[in-house]
Amino acid sequence: MTGRLPRTVLAVLALGGLVPPASAAGPPPGATSCSGCHAPAGRVAAPSIPPINGLPAADLVRAMEAFRTGGQPATVMDRIARGFTADETRAIAQWLEALR
Amino acid sequence: MTAVRRRAVLGGMLATPFLSRLASGQAAGRVVVVGGGFAGATAARALRRADPALAVTLVEASPAYLACPFSNEVIAGLRDMDGQRFGYDGLAADGVAVVHGTARAVDPAARRVELADGTVLPYDRLVMAPGIDIRWDGLDGYDEAAAQRMPHAWKAGAQTLLLRRQLEAMEDGGLVVMAAPANPFRCPPGPYERASLIAHYLKTRKPRSKLLLLDAKDAFSKQRLFTDAWARLYPGILEWVPLSQGGKTVRVDAANLTLETEFGSHTAAVANVIPPQKAGAIAAAAGVADRTGWCPIDPVTFESRLQPGIHVLGDAALAGAMPKSAFAANAQAKVAALAVVAMLRGEAPTEPRLVNTCYSLVGPGYGISIAGVYRPRNGVLTDIEGAGGTSPADAPPEIRELEADHAATWFRTITAETFG
Repeated sequence: MTGRLPRTVLAVLALGGLVPPASAAGPPPGATSCSGCHAPAGRVAAPSIPPINGLPAADLVRAMEAFRTGGQPATVMDRIARGFTADETRAIAQWLEALR
Repeated sequence: MTAVRRRAVLGGMLATPFLSRLASGQAAGRVVVVGGGFAGATAARALRRADPALAVTLVEASPAYLACPFSNEVIAGLRDMDGQRFGYDGLAADGVAVVHGTARAVDPAARRVELADGTVLPYDRLVMAPGIDIRWDGLDGYDEAAAQRMPHAWKAGAQTLLLRRQLEAMEDGGLVVMAAPANPFRCPPGPYERASLIAHYLKTRKPRSKLLLLDAKDAFSKQRLFTDAWARLYPGILEWVPLSQGGKTVRVDAANLTLETEFGSHTAAVANVIPPQKAGAIAAAAGVADRTGWCPIDPVTFESRLQPGIHVLGDAALAGAMPKSAFAANAQAKVAALAVVAMLRGEAPTEPRLVNTCYSLVGPGYGISIAGVYRPRNGVLTDIEGAGGTSPADAPPEIRELEADHAATWFRTITAETFG
């Protein structure tokens, strides 16, 4: 889809400092799906599903690994954790850690 | 788009304001979103949050959205319609221009949406999330008048309440007949959740009554979990008739409440006909629907395969392995919004991973789920192997209860994210 832009514009975008910083800090693949079930703390009444925004990334990585290997019982997170590699999980965890 | 027109559009994009916005890291211009359901409302919001400089207009006919998830509980008398209603004030507060109108036409070449009242909305990129329409030519005898006698209740609202009232008015001992369609259709487990909750209503309120579920399929979503639960909770009340045993409804007679199958006919006291469906009508008008009635899309950007510059989300889209669910619509919208912003900036969109989680209730305090994780592969969204699947067949009651709680939490969460 970048083909929609002429080369000159792409060349300008490729120069350092002109690339929007937001894109580099954007959510890694898969990360935006989490909020479909996990609301930020205090956002919904009596959640049975825990908030995960702001959780230390290392904790989330550990939990996902335990879900993936069956070391921690789950309702649905075992089935979802198995869809992500360790690297993908770490990227998602780091992004979520910065959210409130 | 022709080469000549492509150059013309590029010429327009090269105007100075566009370049200066690019240099400052802001996406150019205007995005119009057609449809204010889980996909469209999420997309409008996510676009504004991804780039506050973006002008985002949401076109939605209704002043408030009536959510389909949990509407089966409304039918069964377990919940009020008020709990299904969500307004658009939250979107307006995020800077989305909410226009209550009906999109009548789209000119993909001129990049304009025309509303029924004549308003013309120009766009740089268009997001279409029109949901479903009933195929009124899809089942012999089933037209809009017939739906007043035999409600489909497959769009939440008056139809939902009509079916509820019919069940309430039915005498004990009456036969309820449901007809479920062939794939694909909105909410694959929906007919079976509905059958479960209607069976619960009959069991607790009209115990001499029965429910016959006529199905145009031999297999369905979460099948083992549903059929196990039915055998335990609703024996002698709920009977499922698959395709191979004459389950396909081929004709209905609304005046006599009769459903004809390939094997015979059934006369109901209350009939719920879930007919064949297609993408919302504006999809065909915009040229983004193919001969199936649904909309083929690029699995990275959700851009239409048929019309550049238009992204199609939610139930209307042919999203590969992803089902037509509210969770999927919301997840797709967040991914597509980032892709739209990236494309407006001239950046390459990131290859996404998508998730679906879908809960069904087979009775109060008894929830089951299906999940999937998806990635683009060979041009379509494909299941990631080893991930996803349904709740275990042998889960204890406390897990079923926990999943029922999760279903309720999920609904509060996703509606807060989408509309709150």
